[in-house]
Amino acid sequence: MGVSLLAAEAAEAAVEFPVLPTLVAVPLLTLLVLLFLPPSRADYAKLTALVGSLITGAISVYLMWNFAVGEAGFQFVSRYDWGGLGLSLYLGVDGISLFLVVLTGVLFPVALVTADPHHDPKPYYLWMMLLMAGSMGAFMALDLLLFFMFFEIVLVPMYFLIGGWGHGDRIYSAMKFFLYTMAASALMLVGIASLAILAAPPEGLTFDVTVLAQHDLGSTASTLIFLSFALAFAVKVPLFPVHTWLPDAHTEAPTAGSVILAGVMLKLGTYGMLRFGVYLFPQVVSDLAPIFIALGVVGIVYGAAVATMQSDLKRLVAYSSVAHMGFIVLGIFALNNQGLSGSVIQMVNHGISTGALFILVGWVYERRHTRQISALGGLQKAAPLMAGVFTLVMLSSIGLPGLNGFVGEFLILLGAFSAARWWTVVAVSGVILAALYLLWAYQRSFHGPAEGDNATMRDLSMGEMLGILPLLGLIVFLGVYPKPVLDRIEPSVDALIAHVESNVDGFAEAEPEPVTRAGTEGLVAVATEAEEGAESEAEGHGGDGAGEEGE
Amino acid sequence: MLDIAWLIPAFPLLGFVLLVLFGRRLGEPFAGWLATFSAAGAFVSTVLVFFGLAELENAERFHLVKLFTWLDVGSFTVDAGLLVDPLSITMCLFITGVGTLIHLYSVGYMHGDPNFSKFFIYLNLFILSMLLLVLGDNLLLTFLGWEGVGACSYLLISFWFTDEANATAGKKAFVTNRIGDFGYMLAMFLVFVELGSINYDDITTRAGEFGTRSATLIVVLFLLAAAGKSAQLPLFVWLPDAMAGPTPVSALIHAATMVTSGVFLLTRLNPILAEAEVWSTGLIAWVGALTALFAATVAVAQNDIKRVLAYSTVSQLGYLFLAVGVGGYVPAIFHMVTHAFFKALLFLGSGSVIHGLHDEQDMRRMGGLSKLMPITAMTFIVGWLAIAGVPPFSGFWSKDEILLYAWNYDGLGGAAGGKVLWVIGLVTALLTAFYMTRQVILTFFGRTRFFDVRAEEIAAAWDARLEAIDGSILAATEAEEKALAAVEKAREDVAKKEDAVAKAAEKLIAAREAVDASGPATEGYDKLVKALERAEGAVPKAEDGVLKAEEKVMALAQEVEDAAAHHKTLQAARVDLRNSRRSTEMPASHVTARTEAPVLDDELVDHLPDSYRHRQEYHPHESPWTMTLPLLVLALLAAVGGGLNLPFTSDLHFLEHWLEPSLFGHEVHVTASASTKWVLAVIAVLGGLTAIVASFRVYMAAAVDPARIEPEGAARAWYLDETYAGFFGGPGRALFDGMAAFDRGVIDGAVRGVARGTVALAQGMRALQPGFVRSYALGIGLGSVLVMVWFMGRLFV
Repeated sequence: MGVSLLAAEAAEAAVEFPVLPTLVAVPLLTLLVLLFLPPSRADYAKLTALVGSLITGAISVYLMWNFAVGEAGFQFVSRYDWGGLGLSLYLGVDGISLFLVVLTGVLFPVALVTADPHHDPKPYYLWMMLLMAGSMGAFMALDLLLFFMFFEIVLVPMYFLIGGWGHGDRIYSAMKFFLYTMAASALMLVGIASLAILAAPPEGLTFDVTVLAQHDLGSTASTLIFLSFALAFAVKVPLFPVHTWLPDAHTEAPTAGSVILAGVMLKLGTYGMLRFGVYLFPQVVSDLAPIFIALGVVGIVYGAAVATMQSDLKRLVAYSSVAHMGFIVLGIFALNNQGLSGSVIQMVNHGISTGALFILVGWVYERRHTRQISALGGLQKAAPLMAGVFTLVMLSSIGLPGLNGFVGEFLILLGAFSAARWWTVVAVSGVILAALYLLWAYQRSFHGPAEGDNATMRDLSMGEMLGILPLLGLIVFLGVYPKPVLDRIEPSVDALIAHVESNVDGFAEAEPEPVTRAGTEGLVAVATEAEEGAESEAEGHGGDGAGEEGE
Repeated sequence: MLDIAWLIPAFPLLGFVLLVLFGRRLGEPFAGWLATFSAAGAFVSTVLVFFGLAELENAERFHLVKLFTWLDVGSFTVDAGLLVDPLSITMCLFITGVGTLIHLYSVGYMHGDPNFSKFFIYLNLFILSMLLLVLGDNLLLTFLGWEGVGACSYLLISFWFTDEANATAGKKAFVTNRIGDFGYMLAMFLVFVELGSINYDDITTRAGEFGTRSATLIVVLFLLAAAGKSAQLPLFVWLPDAMAGPTPVSALIHAATMVTSGVFLLTRLNPILAEAEVWSTGLIAWVGALTALFAATVAVAQNDIKRVLAYSTVSQLGYLFLAVGVGGYVPAIFHMVTHAFFKALLFLGSGSVIHGLHDEQDMRRMGGLSKLMPITAMTFIVGWLAIAGVPPFSGFWSKDEILLYAWNYDGLGGAAGGKVLWVIGLVTALLTAFYMTRQVILTFFGRTRFFDVRAEEIAAAWDARLEAIDGSILAATEAEEKALAAVEKAREDVAKKEDAVAKAAEKLIAAREAVDASGPATEGYDKLVKALERAEGAVPKAEDGVLKAEEKVMALAQEVEDAAAHHKTLQAARVDLRNSRRSTEMPASHVTARTEAPVLDDELVDHLPDSYRHRQEYHPHESPWTMTLPLLVLALLAAVGGGLNLPFTSDLHFLEHWLEPSLFGHEVHVTASASTKWVLAVIAVLGGLTAIVASFRVYMAAAVDPARIEPEGAARAWYLDETYAGFFGGPGRALFDGMAAFDRGVIDGAVRGVARGTVALAQGMRALQPGFVRSYALGIGLGSVLVMVWFMGRLFV
């Protein structure tokens, strides 16, 4: 407890305090507390984990509050070098990562409150805390190797959560998840090493992304390294056709595992594409964009079609993730303002909506001991409150305007329409299918006459309602008034696009009017400014600096 | 005055929020009153804004009220802002006006429903969404309302969710509308790409920048959207099914307001329509005309009171599309308003009938209700005269305008094209007069068929009788067997008795021998003589017993014969019964006011189920004042609504002058001469009257067999819906199933194949590594924790 208090004080302290490392440190310290929790006090495990995650969440909210609106660069930067190999503990957030950090901070406490492990609470919460630390770290890391470390670490707790607390064929699913994602990212490590060596500045090796972003590699090297990254990210997203680990993992994972997997971990893939794909390899991304747009759009329609025919409610939600993540990929590779901003906000919104859906499906399973849609029916009669919550979340997931899901989807499609018109036409048809599979599933589960256990199912308790309430509030708020979020995202997105523009030959953002607001301040320059004191490579103000690198 | 426009949506929003928070606690009827007052508040605000707008000069009647910035990304900026202009306020007036009346009506209609307050939550949310749809100052806010009303429609159609059919209808409505939304979204993107803005302000002032090609494409895409929302061919299929929802919902959402959104949208975008190629607006007119005709033919053969009105709504919406397509925006809005009055009236009237008849919706079981429900009948008749185009009721004026504009049209297909559209419109009008007359006759005139015995009751009575006779046959069989068994037993008895005779005879001989052997002097001689006497007496007694037993056998044999005869009679009676069942009179499947109740024999009447008897004790009644008051107000509006835009002099074109600022001079002006107008009007009136008379001949006087006028194909909407269902349930489903199987088999199969190959490869290297993922994972986990802890140590220590 004492440790957690320390962290809380830390959040109170002045901004010079390294606030970002605490986001990793608090869950880790909670983990240590859990580790030394005497077995006789195992019932305190949940409380401990909850307090730890709540403090972390509070810090992330504090971060959002103090985030300077209108700034494009990295804020709250902390940097500690680690010996001679060029490695560093280098953390920072900008508009692109800020809300993913906040999402992680919000989803973990919610997941802990709304779902309990059915055995061995202590190790369960231990792994959850490691998962939280790793996810936080991955979204903040500005050192490529550090990112990779966090990116891989999160696999471990998820593997044990699925394998230890899952359902059905959990060992198979856990193994498949672990090997599939691990194998896909093995090449990425090679890619990272190659990039660091090939693009090393005269001062020596570095993994600092802001420095590496100025690399001047030839197109073959860039393409190969990018592809090694892209495979790892594509599996994580997951992008069609490397998605089949997801339904298995989701279906067998415990509820909290599914919530975090869909809400947070999938975002590592799309976030990686943005931060380490678009930012580091603008030329390659621009060249290969059509391929990724095509895969994203195929994922949208394919995921929705396959979701429609699922007989397992959780599997259906899992496939809906394939479709939703396809939208995010489409937005990223549209490479324009609306597309990128839409993707970033869609990452957050998908985390909220799909997280809430998994929680609800978990509750149904807890009560009915089945997820087979055919075994359900008429649940609305016995559980009107749950039905109401489910309806709201479902409409959000369908992308109803006025709820959060719409904002991202709309901006993505708007952006994509400028970039790839015909693919967007296909993607919009996914909007029809989304209504089909969710409403059909809802009808079969909640409508119609209720029989047997369906007629007597327990409705939501006050506690459960309070647990999911933050997500419901966000669903409505972000749908009605997304401006505060977009205001913080946009400058960073603008800077990223400016970076792409200055690094890609003949790149003109496919938009009716060129973006002027982004100005000439490149991401690189602002980032360097933000970390005053640290030795800076990039001289002068980004606009001309970046222009030179384009050659 | 105009700046209070935000109050218009604020009232239903407040009502919605309050009901979500406290609705359950308020309960019936207070939740209903709260919702009604919030709708009324919106209406009063609208009236105030209307007067504010009326005070201004024409050119100034375009007022923007910005609430807050909704989305602002790059060059894309969209406000949550309201556009107050004649078009939006006209829409708001009838949405909130009719909406308030329907809220009031619902307080009575939903009485006793367990989810009373929830109903009003949805209703207020609907009003809010609908107001945002028409008040939005950009395409995206309209889209918000567009989807919002769709969601409310979904929630309200499936309001009585325990019935599978309602749930299916709700889903069908939402998904079909999404097909339209596909068009809406693409059109919106195209507008943004072409113009850099999706604000109506920019669209109306800079429509010239679109270029013909883009404008045409945008119009076609918006037509798709409008066809979904306004139930036009080929997307109309959801609307008839949507009548599964509570009747006030049908009146408000599926007749008066939401379904007119498509027409509103096309009218709002009139500057783009003006830029588009002629064929695209002509397409709008043709979609409308064909839908109008198609739905009218279907309405003729419907027996469900609400389904007639549903197809009628589809048909009337087709009229509105026809009007917009030929450039008659004013007639479109005019007819939209009058239609809102009379169709809401008709739906609410049908709801009152349904309410008064214990949820009966089949018109074949109505009739004669004018005496039982006088207010409902009187107001319904006003609605009928309005929709049938009888002057001076409102529908006549607005529909006539549309026909005139169609006559005047010379776009797609030239002047001849206009004439064809006019003919289609006229035929539709005649059909409308015909089927609405049919509806009024079948519902309110003639004999009250409500109490008549029904087909399923007759069937039940026959079943009961057959069951009874089957029971008797069973009893007869048993009696026959029993009698046979008794005869058997009696025969055995005879044999026994015969044995007894033999024994008695033996005893007699023995006794006689004993007497002969001993003399009288012998001791005990007297005893022997007495025994002999006894034996002599026993024999005839035994012989008597035999006789009696034989008599019994005879009697029992007779009984067996009787039982067999009875059995046979019963069998024959059963055959008779089955035959007469086949020839029983059943209720007619096509009825007129003269259709008689089936005549049944008394025996059958005795066997009728309880439902029949209970119905005889039921008194169809007029509805409470909460329901009849809205009917009266709407009847008044439906009667005089034509005054909004009378054709006689330019001064009387109130609506036309009022809407002018919203139409930017894109309203087509009719060039036909006054005499042409008169001739057209007279043709329409005479035609309508002829149709009414014809309908009276068929349904009142029964001069023609109605079966000939109500073909099976029309009753089933010319099989269109079934074809869709067949396609999506068949090949569509198979395709999706195939994709799911492909995912499991091919894509995941490949992954598993790779895994198996790797395992095989790894067999050889097994010695090097233990090969347990678990231990790898644990190793990585522990290692990474250590690394992180080390990092943190450096940081904090």
